[in-house]
Amino acid sequence: MAKMTYIEAARLAVAEEMRRDPLVWAVGEDLGRGGVFGQYKGLVDEFGPERISDAPISESCIMGAAVGAAMTGTRPIVEMRFSDFALCAVDELVNQAAKARFMFGGQTRVPIVVREPIGMWRSSAAQHSQSLEAWYAHIPGLVVAVPSTPADNRALLKAAIRCDDPVVFMEHKNLWPLEGEVPEGDDVGRFGKAGSCREGCDLTIVSWSAAVHTAMEAATALASEGIEVEVLDLKTLWPWDRDAVLASVERTGRLLVVHEAVAVAGFGAEIAATVAEHLHGALKAPIRRLGAPRIPISYAPVLEDEVRVTAGAVAAAARGLMGR
Amino acid sequence: MTDDPSSYGSNLNMERYRAHYGQMCRIREFEKAAITAAQNKLVLGAIHPSIGQEAVAVGVCGNLRRDDIILSTHRGHGHTMAKGADPLAMMRELFGRAGGYSQGKGGSMHIADFEVGMLGANGVVGANINIAAGAAHAIKLRGEDRVVVCFFGDGAINRGPFLEGLNWAGVFRLPILFVCEDNGFAATTRTHAMTSGGGPAARAEAMGIAADTVDGNDLVAIDEMARDLIDEARQGRPRFLLARTYRLTGHTSADTAPYRSEEEVELRWLNDPITNMRRILEAAGVPGTQLTAMAEAAKSEMKRAYEAAAATDWPSRELAYADVQDIGDPRERAF
Repeated sequence: MAKMTYIEAARLAVAEEMRRDPLVWAVGEDLGRGGVFGQYKGLVDEFGPERISDAPISESCIMGAAVGAAMTGTRPIVEMRFSDFALCAVDELVNQAAKARFMFGGQTRVPIVVREPIGMWRSSAAQHSQSLEAWYAHIPGLVVAVPSTPADNRALLKAAIRCDDPVVFMEHKNLWPLEGEVPEGDDVGRFGKAGSCREGCDLTIVSWSAAVHTAMEAATALASEGIEVEVLDLKTLWPWDRDAVLASVERTGRLLVVHEAVAVAGFGAEIAATVAEHLHGALKAPIRRLGAPRIPISYAPVLEDEVRVTAGAVAAAARGLMGR
Repeated sequence: MTDDPSSYGSNLNMERYRAHYGQMCRIREFEKAAITAAQNKLVLGAIHPSIGQEAVAVGVCGNLRRDDIILSTHRGHGHTMAKGADPLAMMRELFGRAGGYSQGKGGSMHIADFEVGMLGANGVVGANINIAAGAAHAIKLRGEDRVVVCFFGDGAINRGPFLEGLNWAGVFRLPILFVCEDNGFAATTRTHAMTSGGGPAARAEAMGIAADTVDGNDLVAIDEMARDLIDEARQGRPRFLLARTYRLTGHTSADTAPYRSEEEVELRWLNDPITNMRRILEAAGVPGTQLTAMAEAAKSEMKRAYEAAAATDWPSRELAYADVQDIGDPRERAF
């Protein structure tokens, strides 16, 4: 085990995979100087400017060129800077990357990793703060990864780079400095395998990305009140580990889904519906979802905070499900 | 149109152009058969014929190697055949049958044959430009000497990928030739009515991509110009070719094109690229009977493809779930 931050873990994954496979390359704005958050810092020195490639501010072409380069035998890592900016390249991702393999009857594959940092940090307002993971979970052909820890960021990013299908890889900007233990060796993650962050018999909280930490904070507080919460970190939304969720809710009889994204039509709705379809008779309380209200994200901290799902809100919802 | 067909004279590479003439006839007959199939409800979705534009496809692709790459548009039958695809597998794809290039999952607008370097038609106007730039980028990264040709229409120059993709090719000095087939129409609107400025070539030049213009109904002129431009592009000097032509059919086979006069279309038929080529070959001494026989052979070939495709089974239902992705069970149903 080695201690490192979420951002260092991702950088390590990229470096390891680029050493392993000369066909892997990264392309995006400002990569030569390390990327907007420093995710690629120093990599150009080892791999050169052709493989850590700068790009014009042309999101559509960054994504589209990656699709063409992937169909022509390379494995591009696409850097979109912010998931908000990736919206300039939705045609290339949704109409092209996600569908090429199917639409051409299996004649080709599109092995690209699309890094789209998501989430709120402080005062970045409506176009630099969104969590749009549910959009991509809706699209056949895409894998959607939403890691919450340094270890998962490394392992899942390595898996994404090795995946022969397009992967939307959504790192949370507020987690960049988060420290954690990362296993030694070639630790490659598995898509569709949730992690249990905490076991408990009273209530299941399902979450992903930064919201996992909020859920854990709430779970710790709830434990002191005698409420034992199981916290599941989905890690990927497509595929998502429905077996783990169903097994846990079958044990606890209560489900609370917690995510940072807008609650309406968020991925929590999919989880809630699935659990309702399968475990109706086993539920001891109605399913609850916590997400952001359906308003754009503000700049002023006091307004921005209206969108945040806090540990306090999670704990309050949990108490409600317990009838307290 | 070449005003004086005999001007090519005895310098004409007779074998080459006889073959090109035959290829244009094949494309023409393929599309005529496909239009009939659409009328007979054998082709179920929309098809976009390239009748009148065959010389561009044949003249350009005739200068490519099998391992070179092309990307095409919704109007892509001609490019696909010119790159070497099999008309029966194409016809099966248009009919949505087993054994089609994409197993009946793509149809006309997503026709592709990766074996011959045809990386796909595209249902989104202009979307192929960025993808083509990326294919050329991969060729450069891998140190290969292949080249990419990206075909698109004059309507595509008003989409963002035109700017982004051409700039990209220029910045990274990619082995790519952009071919703008200017047929005068963006779907069912005259392109010039919706286009500001100096047009495709001026825009390409503005992004540092040298542009040449050619008569898109003169196969010999296209062939000669494409040869030089592809040589240049292969060296990592991206080039742009504007081929001025005319779409003799409507936007789709179902479009009767009421937005233009019959007189206009009749006049344009006088400049049919296949007739033009025939005149040149005859003037150079090729017997007309031989050329007629080639056209007839193309017609029977496509008739056979039509009949064979119509007699082919539908794809197996299981294929609806195949090739989505490796991860996640696509058989999971939401109903």
